[in-house]
Amino acid sequence: MNDQSGTYADITGPGSTTAARLAVEDFGAAKKGLKVEIVVADHLNKPDVGSSIARQWYDAEKVDVIVDVPTSSVALAINQITRDKGKAFLVSGAATSDLTGKACSPNTIHWTYDTWALANGTGSAIVKTGGDTWFFLTADYAFGHALERDTEAVVVKNGGKVLGKVRQPFPTADFSSFLLQAQASKAKIIGLANAGADTTNAIKQGAEFGIVKGGQQFAGLLVFISDVHALSLEKANGLVLTEAFYWDLNDKTRAWSKRFAEKQHGAMPTMVQAGVYSAVLHYLKAVEALKSDDGTKVIAKMKEMPTDDPPFGKGVVRADGRKIHPMYLFEVKKPAEAKGPWDYYRVRATIPAEQAFRPLDQGECPLVKK
Amino acid sequence: MPAGEEISTVFGVPVQALFGQVLIGLINGAFYAMLSLGLSVIFGLLNIINFAHGALYMTGAFAAYFLLQWAGLGYWWSLLLAPIAVGLLGVVLEKTMLKRLYHLDHLYGLLLTFGIALIIQGGFRNEFGSSGLPYAIPSQLTGGYNLGFMFLPTYRAWVVVFSIVVCVGTWVVIERTRLGAYLRAATENPTLVRAFGINVPRMITLTYGFGVALAGLAGVLAAPIYQVNPLMGADLIIVVFAVVVIGGMGSIMGSIVTGFTLGIVEGFTKVFYPEASNTVIFVIMALVLLVRPAGLFGRTA
Repeated sequence: MNDQSGTYADITGPGSTTAARLAVEDFGAAKKGLKVEIVVADHLNKPDVGSSIARQWYDAEKVDVIVDVPTSSVALAINQITRDKGKAFLVSGAATSDLTGKACSPNTIHWTYDTWALANGTGSAIVKTGGDTWFFLTADYAFGHALERDTEAVVVKNGGKVLGKVRQPFPTADFSSFLLQAQASKAKIIGLANAGADTTNAIKQGAEFGIVKGGQQFAGLLVFISDVHALSLEKANGLVLTEAFYWDLNDKTRAWSKRFAEKQHGAMPTMVQAGVYSAVLHYLKAVEALKSDDGTKVIAKMKEMPTDDPPFGKGVVRADGRKIHPMYLFEVKKPAEAKGPWDYYRVRATIPAEQAFRPLDQGECPLVKK
Repeated sequence: MPAGEEISTVFGVPVQALFGQVLIGLINGAFYAMLSLGLSVIFGLLNIINFAHGALYMTGAFAAYFLLQWAGLGYWWSLLLAPIAVGLLGVVLEKTMLKRLYHLDHLYGLLLTFGIALIIQGGFRNEFGSSGLPYAIPSQLTGGYNLGFMFLPTYRAWVVVFSIVVCVGTWVVIERTRLGAYLRAATENPTLVRAFGINVPRMITLTYGFGVALAGLAGVLAAPIYQVNPLMGADLIIVVFAVVVIGGMGSIMGSIVTGFTLGIVEGFTKVFYPEASNTVIFVIMALVLLVRPAGLFGRTA
């Protein structure tokens, strides 16, 4: 279940469905005598819509596992429903680190990334290179709040200061008023705690209002490759961002992404879509090993087994439901440096798996024994 | 001035910064005004509640993108050609579908145009995805002026000036010329106007074409500011409808004045309480409807 038609449709959407199909194909479900059926729904980024679809799927349509679910507010709602029904929930699209924090559940695994990892990657890299005063433009819902909170903590910890913040309605098309406020704050860094079209619009209009020329810099706290594609390198170059996956990392990611792109009009996978593939594959392996599709048991089995797949390589799932793998700090290339379509990122740093996510004992997750 | 004091204490921003917000509001108001103007013209003369307006605004922006990518024609050509293309599309829609609905209840026109909007949006989304496509500001209009209290991008200034000219021009044509008089007469009593030898159906077709061409024009103006995005119209159209309702359905002047005013009100909300900035217009709408059900400039039927 995800956003098939709105702001996040290019980040998750039909591409995630394709990724899930690839996973079923690669697992060889048909040969192994497992019948896997994929159903798709559009939650329109609304928690009430998502909740009622989830209930119907679980109660009436015998769905065992819900995958992806961008938009943190929707994911938090489904997190609770899945727990009540004893099913399984694999989150790739949503970002809030609460899913493995105070809202953690024995029925949920948070796969690809979270707000803590983003803040830790992008936030600390920027503060360390001199960006010590911040102004936040925050999407006014669970995700934006979590991202702002986690980033602010990183900024303050590294000796930086937050000069101001503004909560923008989600989604917002015109950022000019907020940009003026950010300009007036004189902060060196304007942190964008939003995603999708909100981020691209803010950056595009920022160029118009001379934000970068005036000596301020944007920090896109959650930027996907599809956003960079939409902005074009002319507007996006120099952005520093954190992602869990990039198609051009190694031979395996290149080969896998090529297969994906052939089914998606040539569009390269986002990290969310790669995460859906990885999560579905691991889920099927666990079901096979367990010979059962009971949600609680499968999730427990998934936490026992190490993961291994082309997009992310080897990894593990922690007790709090956090999937662990390296994160990458990327910088967007200048137009002249790009050698071909989708050649957008240069790796600035690899954040090793054990440092990429919030330490187990700091998440306030009740599942973790102190 | 209490408002000024409040902002300087709450945000530590000088009152001057408020001028910046007024100006920004005016720019957004320009889009509201142009779109609601088209809606008003169409409602006033055709009695159709045109829900396809947002989709046609989006089509205008896409037309500009296509002209650039496929025909190599830049912004200035688009400003001329894209509205014509959208207008022609409107003429086709009117001739083939809307025409059959005039004798029926408003609701049928609303449903039809809403369906058309969904089809157009869905088609574009399937082809081009939801992230949007880049469209650059024309080189003559890049840069900006430092006004002391804010940095005004040249392009935004251009949008305000251009849309005021278009709005006033439309108002003059409809309220002050012979053609406008025919149009207004035709809505009051089509049979009588036809008796004077005027081709009323054709006039109505052209009016619809003109109304949606305004939407297409607004789309071209918007392309360099926002991403050219299949959903750009769907987000805007609901606000624009609220503007039309507040101004009074079918009132030309009402929609222009309300468009600009509400842009400014929204701008202020973004400073004082940004969380409410996309709700404030609907709150105003509810209040206005309670006090004046026909809208601020509407004539009670």
